[in-house]
Amino acid sequence: MFAELFSIAFQFADVFAFLILAAAGLAIIFGMMGIINMAHGEFIMCGIYVTVIGVQNGLPLPVAQACGALTAGLIGVILERTIIYRLYDRPLDSILATWGISLIVTQGMLVTMGSSWPGIGTPAGSFVVGPYTFSSYRLVLFVAAILVMIGLFLLYMKTSFGTLARATIQNPRMARALGVRTPRVYAASFGIGAALAGLCGALYAPTMTLIPTMGITFIVEAFVTVVVGGSNVLLGTVPAAIVLGAIRTSLNAWQGQIVGQIGMLIAVILVIRVLPEGVSGWLARRSR
Amino acid sequence: MRKNSMTRALLAGFSALSMLAAVPMAQAQEKIKIGLLEDISGDLALMGMPKLHGSQLAVEEINAKGGIMGRQIELIHLDPQGDNARYQEFARRLIQRDKVDVLIGGITSASREALRPIVNRADKLYIYTNQYEGGVCDGNMISVGAVPEQQLSTLIPWMVEKFGKRVYTVAADYNFGQLTAEWTRDLLKKAGGEVIGQEFIPLGVSQFGQTIQNIQKAKPDWLMMLNVGAAQDSFFEQAAAAKLNLPMGSPIKVMLGFEHKRFKPPALENMHAVANWFEEIDTPAAADFRKRWRAKFPNETYINDMGYNAYVAMYMYKMLVESAKSTDKSKIREVIATGKACIESPEGNICIDPKSQHTSHHMRLIGVKADHSVAVIKDFGVIQPYWLGEIGCDLTKADPKEQYAPSNLPKKK
Repeated sequence: MFAELFSIAFQFADVFAFLILAAAGLAIIFGMMGIINMAHGEFIMCGIYVTVIGVQNGLPLPVAQACGALTAGLIGVILERTIIYRLYDRPLDSILATWGISLIVTQGMLVTMGSSWPGIGTPAGSFVVGPYTFSSYRLVLFVAAILVMIGLFLLYMKTSFGTLARATIQNPRMARALGVRTPRVYAASFGIGAALAGLCGALYAPTMTLIPTMGITFIVEAFVTVVVGGSNVLLGTVPAAIVLGAIRTSLNAWQGQIVGQIGMLIAVILVIRVLPEGVSGWLARRSR
Repeated sequence: MRKNSMTRALLAGFSALSMLAAVPMAQAQEKIKIGLLEDISGDLALMGMPKLHGSQLAVEEINAKGGIMGRQIELIHLDPQGDNARYQEFARRLIQRDKVDVLIGGITSASREALRPIVNRADKLYIYTNQYEGGVCDGNMISVGAVPEQQLSTLIPWMVEKFGKRVYTVAADYNFGQLTAEWTRDLLKKAGGEVIGQEFIPLGVSQFGQTIQNIQKAKPDWLMMLNVGAAQDSFFEQAAAAKLNLPMGSPIKVMLGFEHKRFKPPALENMHAVANWFEEIDTPAAADFRKRWRAKFPNETYINDMGYNAYVAMYMYKMLVESAKSTDKSKIREVIATGKACIESPEGNICIDPKSQHTSHHMRLIGVKADHSVAVIKDFGVIQPYWLGEIGCDLTKADPKEQYAPSNLPKKK
């Protein structure tokens, strides 16, 4: 019995971690800047490739993962300063531009790095509960997901950068009038979003097969979580991941992965119908 | 006398001139146009790239030796990027605008089924070069890849005998996965085993925690792996990390997606497959082929069976056109109907079966060791593609253009 319960909890934690990590970067960029970043998957892929190549060149895995996240963040800042900042008042154009970037990056990777890349293998370590064996690394992913959310909360609620960033979202003109350098805030927000995407890739890099288009496998979960969560990352993403994770885990266990995926997508449709602003919009309205 | 010799000289000059004229005429003879549809970008690029390379290598070799009946081959390749709508669009373009003599290619069974209606409407010849779930009885299609009676009728009884009767199937949720899972159930029953669990995975899913636990709960003796695409291949890494440690069998792993080259050992340990080609094959003909390939494409990660089949398909077409002395489809099918449409390939002598227009193959069972080296465990020799013929498909008599399966047999007249 304990083994069954543990198994259910473990699977939920696993799905939850995947949703949070995949969505965090997208949610930050969407929530803080109103940009729908279609190149999200490519930032994830960047984190993956940098991590794997780092490990293959002798870096310890955690160092390589940090490099993966930082590289993605740095590229994010550069992209924001060169392209994205021109599109702040043009949300549809920003979708097109980021999608274009995504296509260029995947094809560029295919041409320069080839159609596949050897993997590095998951760090050893597993434990046994009843009839089941679990990979310890999956717990690392769960802990990382929780740390990411705590870190974001502290960053945006407890630091002066967070105050400036929130002021910029709420009223950019007023913030500018009060001396906030809003372009810097935007660049930092985009960089943080890109770095979180890179971190997601870095964390999942050891567990997956590597091809240039692999970012796409995170995209459905990322968008679904952001849609359900709404524009406020701090309020919306965690409840969204809990709800979707619970639905998906129970359906996966009951009827397999197809039903799990269908159920999750149906849940999203219902949420859009009932709560068009997502969980965070609903929570914000209630508290008003 | 004098006048006579002048006439002779004139004649000689004339014939010399006409001979000179005849040489460029032969060279100007129209090229044979071959339309090729292979994914070299998108999710399946890693498997499609060797297919393009195999076709290019064969065309280069054939053209260097004078082409097909003195006609050079013009290879027109388009990249459908794994998108079935693009497969259809590009097939129409190749047939209608480029007027190709034959269409080759397609990776997934979904793309093949997207192509067949278009090929059939235009009444063109189409060569499919992948191993697949079998059962297509279509006079316009020649299949060069291996089919279940070659891959699964050999693998499954061996796996049952070696590892046990209880099997769990993990399959991609589209026509290939569903039909091959059906074959697995059918053949397992005949071999005295049973499928104790099966799970169909949507394409693009990359997380397998729940699947791995469902397998541990069911406690099978071995796994039948029919997962497709790079995302679903992550199963192997995640299963190895969770210490699933079960023997595996598959008709598509190792020789096709070269998972043993892409994953860190020992993720693929104890994987078994039956294949007509894999790069580690150790015969002089295979070594020679490998050498020619590696000379042209030194950076190829792995020469997979699809790439090899694509190479063989080109020579197959050459043999068919030269025997028929024409690129006309009905004349080519007359050659196939004789049962003598055979070529000498790197795997040995292989022939097209007249009833099904599928190809006989030399099949070997291979196993992956902990260090991801590949060893031949059993040599089955040449196996005919007999199943379609047995259930009543005979393309020399009727052309139903249907795909059959164990649960969908032709109606008896």
